[in-house]
Formats: sequence, C-alpha cells, structure tokens
Amino acid sequence: MITGAGLITPLGMDWSTNAWGFRRGHSAFRNVRGFNVTGRRVQTAAEVDIPNQMPRTRLTRRHLDRMDRAAKMLLLSAHQAWIQSGWLPGGQVPIVLGTTSGGMMLGQSYFAQGTGEPTNHRQQAARIVHYQAQRQGLDLADAFGIAGPITIVANACASGGNAIGHAWELIRYGLAERVISGGYEALSELVFAGFDSLQALSSTQCRPFDTERDGLALGEGAAVFALETLELAQRRRANVLAEIVGYGASTDIHHLTQPEPGGAAAFEAMTLACQSARLHPSQIQYVNAHGTGTVMNDGAETAALNRWAGNTASQLRVSSTKSSVGHLLGAAGAVEIAVCVMALQGQWIPPTCTLRQPEHTAQFQLVKSPADAFLEYVLSNSFGFGGANASLIIRRLT
Amino acid sequence: MREALAQGKPLPVHPLPRPGLSKLLRTRRVPVPTPRPEFLAHPRLRRTSPISHYATSAALEALGNEVMAVKNGSIRLGIILCVMAGCVSYSRRFYDEASRAPAAASPLLFSETVFNAPASHLASLLGSTAIAYTLVGDPGMFLIGLALGAQWLREDKIDGCVVVGAEELDWLIADAARRFQRNSIVSEGAGAIYLKSTSDSRLGIELQSITDAHNYVHGRSRESCLAQMRGQLPADDKRVLLCDSQQGILRADAVEAKTWANWPGVRLSPKVILGDGLASSSAWQCVAATDYLMQSELSGAVISVVGCNQQTIGAYIARSGLPCD
Repeated sequence: MITGAGLITPLGMDWSTNAWGFRRGHSAFRNVRGFNVTGRRVQTAAEVDIPNQMPRTRLTRRHLDRMDRAAKMLLLSAHQAWIQSGWLPGGQVPIVLGTTSGGMMLGQSYFAQGTGEPTNHRQQAARIVHYQAQRQGLDLADAFGIAGPITIVANACASGGNAIGHAWELIRYGLAERVISGGYEALSELVFAGFDSLQALSSTQCRPFDTERDGLALGEGAAVFALETLELAQRRRANVLAEIVGYGASTDIHHLTQPEPGGAAAFEAMTLACQSARLHPSQIQYVNAHGTGTVMNDGAETAALNRWAGNTASQLRVSSTKSSVGHLLGAAGAVEIAVCVMALQGQWIPPTCTLRQPEHTAQFQLVKSPADAFLEYVLSNSFGFGGANASLIIRRLT
Repeated sequence: MREALAQGKPLPVHPLPRPGLSKLLRTRRVPVPTPRPEFLAHPRLRRTSPISHYATSAALEALGNEVMAVKNGSIRLGIILCVMAGCVSYSRRFYDEASRAPAAASPLLFSETVFNAPASHLASLLGSTAIAYTLVGDPGMFLIGLALGAQWLREDKIDGCVVVGAEELDWLIADAARRFQRNSIVSEGAGAIYLKSTSDSRLGIELQSITDAHNYVHGRSRESCLAQMRGQLPADDKRVLLCDSQQGILRADAVEAKTWANWPGVRLSPKVILGDGLASSSAWQCVAATDYLMQSELSGAVISVVGCNQQTIGAYIARSGLPCD
C-alpha cells in the first residue's frame, strides 16, 4: 500500500502543484541555467528550482550544506512522503532507491578541481563522500531516524521503476513491513553532454508518439513513496493513496542504447507485471508510457503495447508525461508512478501535451488533451539503457 | 587467485601516474590475459571498458558448464552486478572530452558510462532476457546482492542467478581512496558467485545466511556494527573459516581485527594479497571462502565485510551434506 508520497519536478515542489500541472499538460522547459551549455546542439531542459530552506529533519545544517541538488531533491520528496505517511522514527525500514548518477555534480567538481588545481584539496573529501549514491540513502535514514538495508538500483532509466518494484516485492514476500522507495536525479553536465553527443535530444520539442518526433528532452526531479503492508496500514488507520499490485522486469539484449524494434522485452515486462497482478491487459485502463520521444523508443513501445493489449488495444489510453517535464532518467519511473497515483485519485489522464500527429501504427488511444476517465488499474512503463525494463501496475482503492 | 592466496604474499604494486602531481599512486592491476579471451570478440564487448571484461570473465567462470543452458534458454538467469565506483574510466574520459570540446565528445564512450553497461553486455553475451539489476554501494553491497539473488530464486523468478562484483582502476579512484587511507592500494577486477536452488547437495557449497546490513547511521560506530553482525552469525567453531575484509593496514583494520581477535579457526584475508578492489573485494572474499571450503575439510565459512562508508554485513556459507566434487 502507498500511504505516503512526495514529489519534486520542474512543474512544482509539491503534490498538488504537480497534479495541477500534469493534469492540464503544462510544460516546464527552459534554457539550462545549472551549467554551461555553450557549444551543445541543444540548450534546453526542465530544471527544478530548489528552495533555499530544507525541511526540518535530524540532519544538521552542516550536513545539509554538503548535499548536492540530487540529494536535496531526494530529501525534499522523501520528507513529503514521510510526513504524509504519519510514520514515526525508529525501527527497521529498508530504503530502496533508483538513480543513474547519484551526486554527479559533486563528481564533476571533484574532477574539475583535481585536474585544474591538483594541489588544492579543499572540500575534495566531502565531494567524494556525498557523490556516492549510498550516502544519499544514508542521509534519508539519518534524517528520519530509521535503520534497515539500503539498496540503490542503478538500472539506467528504469532505475526508479525497478527500485519501487523491488520495494513492493520486499513487502509482498514478507521481507519487510514498511519500505521507503523512489527515484531521484539531478541534471548534470556529463549526462546532458552524453545525450547531446548521442544526438538523442530533440532540437525542436519533445513530442512522444508524434510522427514528427525527433528526440527526448532531459529533466530532473524526485519521487519517494512510503510503502507498507495492508495489515499495518489498517492497524494504523493510515490513509491509503493507492496499491501497487504488479511488477515485471526484463532485459532487452538487442543493443546497449537501442530497443529491439519489435519491443519484445517491453512486452515481456508488461506481461510479467500482469501475471504478478493476476490481471489481463484489458483490465488496465491507462498506460503511462516510457514515451521518450525518440524514434526508436516510441516505435518499439508502440509495437509492444499493440501486441500486449491485443484486440482490446482500441480501449486502452496511453500518454507520456515526459512531454511536460522531460526524461528524468533514474527518477522517471518513480515520478511517473506518482503521476499514475494522482490520475487514479483524481480520475483523469495526463495528456501528452506536445502531441500533434499521433503515431499512425498505434492501435491504442494516444491522449493529447486533458481528459477525465474511469481508472481502476493503470500501468507505468520504464525502459532504460542497457535494456533494463520495468512495468508496474497500480490500483485505485475505493 | 587461489595460488596467490596460498602463497600469502601481497601481489606486486603497480605505480599509476596521477595527472598534475609527480607522486605515483599505488595500485594493483589485472594482468593482461594471454591468449585474449574469446568472449571479447563478441560485438557488444569489443569497445567496452575493462570493468565489462572483468565482470564477464568472472561471471563466465562462475557459470561454468551452465553457460550453454543459459544460452539455449533452458535456464532463466538473473544477473546482479554490484559496483561502488563502476564505469569510472570511460566516465572520466567522456567528461574530460565533453568539457574541452563539446562537439568532439564521443557517444561511444558515453553509453559505456552507465552503471548497468557491464550487466547489459553480460546479458547480451548470454542471451539472457530475465531480470538484471545493477546495485551501487560500498563493498557490503555484494552480500546484499547475494541475498537478493536468493530471494529471486525463492520467488521462482529465475532458475539461477549470477552475482558479480566488479571494478576498474582509474587514477581518479586511486586518488580518491588515498584521501581516506593514505596507505591503501586500490585494485581492480571482479568476482562472481552463481546461485542455484537445488536439492542436489553434491553441488558443494550452500549459502546459509546473510546478516542484516548494519548501516553507519545515527553516529553508530563500526565497532558496534561489527559486534551486532558477529552476533547474527553462527557461534565460533574451529572447523569454520573466517574470511574477513582486512587489508593489511593497521589503522584501517583495527576494528575488524579486534572484533575477530579470538576467532578459533583458520583465517583468510584476500584484500591483504589483492588490494582494495571496492565492490570486487567482497566478491573475492566470497569466492575465496567458497574455494577454500571446496579444497578443505572445513564445514563452513564466515564472511565478514566491513564496508568503507555504508555498512557492515556478514554471511555464512557451509559445505553441503555430501563430499564436494
């Protein structure tokens, strides 16, 4: 059961602002301010304006000062989830997080100073410590006064989805009663330059599932959930936001950065998620697609969705919220699950706000305008470099 | 590794230049294999960085004859790769290029910088489409990876699981390590354990338990974490091997040495011989302990991992009922 959720995206710093923005299909792209993009093919992304004031936790001011953007976004969203869940400090609470680059900006600073001023050791040790993703997990444990194993899943753009799927399985199989799980990612020069060098970034506008799509757009953010067993939630009389009911993961071995065009591994992940939820695809009303806006991803995902939904595909509604906030990489899966929870709660479907000419091979309905809907089960897809695929199914609790 | 550990003599140190400083960094490198391993001819592995080579090599060795069963689809293989620094060599090179001349930055390098690239290459080589995770953390993460593999097997998600710990050397890593431990000798490589559920005890060694991960949170000392970890492992027994994570540096080893000072049985400290291989170190410990059990009459082995910045965690493996092959 999801009893707490926190969300930081370029659309806003809290749940309600994000719900407002995603529901209406707002867009959050701007010229990159966080680092120098001179000389890059593309110069826009969706950035988060992190507040100066961090929430009050058990972390000291000195500790907070050493945290980078990624760690701060993680803490901000985790704090929202923690408060909403009503959990109290203490006890064993595993932490399962997804990220692709942890505190990469600190790594960049370490490298820049280490090569530019090799004899200047100022702050270098702290940068090493806080760069590492496990430090950010430890920060959460310290902040909320909890103990338990910390697992960082780094499965590229599926990291957030895999992390939450793993957290759900810990609860499902009786290995934990409560888990904190989510994904986080801060934009960094290295990653931005990487996608730019791959020519994967759209030089116009990120338009998932559009026939004219020409690439993805990057973003940053974090989403964290408080997950617990039904028994514990009932015992505490907690407010349950939604229930995770299915998870599937698979590996696409076609290419390091390109999906197999037929979407076989994506199909497998969705099928496994349905199997674990004991659902038929026809029972899923909405899919929040991975939908990056690249020719290859959206083509493969379209093929996978067509095959998976089969003869009920025409009833299925699909959108990609990356049109609003970009691709949040290791945070994408977590943020998109948060959007699914919002959609279930509000009974609406977030649009692919930049979609003009829907992909003509899609047999499903591509949602391009804000829409109300009856939603009971929704599915979220996350596919990553290296062929890491994750699909999760979330249920509305009535 | 077996020979090196049996000899008990630390492997030679390789001096590594550190750009901008005249002082050389102390490292231990993986020797270049001759002849060149056949798997490197696979299209996915041709341009990869050393960590992918090491991870693949270790995984193939662990899988042994099962490779064909994985390739022909009769075994659903889970892959868990554990890293701490990960694909640092290409990351450093790519960022260097991208900072100097954005237009010249190589996309081939960038795609190899993602943490899960080695696991992806391994899956591709084996034709394995089942679940694969890459876990990032300190050396204790390898034991978390073993526990996860065992969990997947229990859930019948897979038929076998290869858990790999791998790292590659770069001056950036050796430079970072010396800031925390001046005498440290950073090394590289990989270790892998293949887990399988079976009732056939002739297979040899059984993973019996993994302790809780005792994290360095709320100001907890390593001493207290170690004491709790030891308390969750079987009682002292002179027929049990202790494979610890000491590295031959007095200050760094002090807490672990004190905790296990009264251990009655045989001890093994692979890091003293091999160096600090970060996530691969704990994999080496598990491989070394397993191998030692296979070669001896001991009944089991305790593995003690005192991670550098996240956790202390232990494992217990034991010989199965029947004699090993």
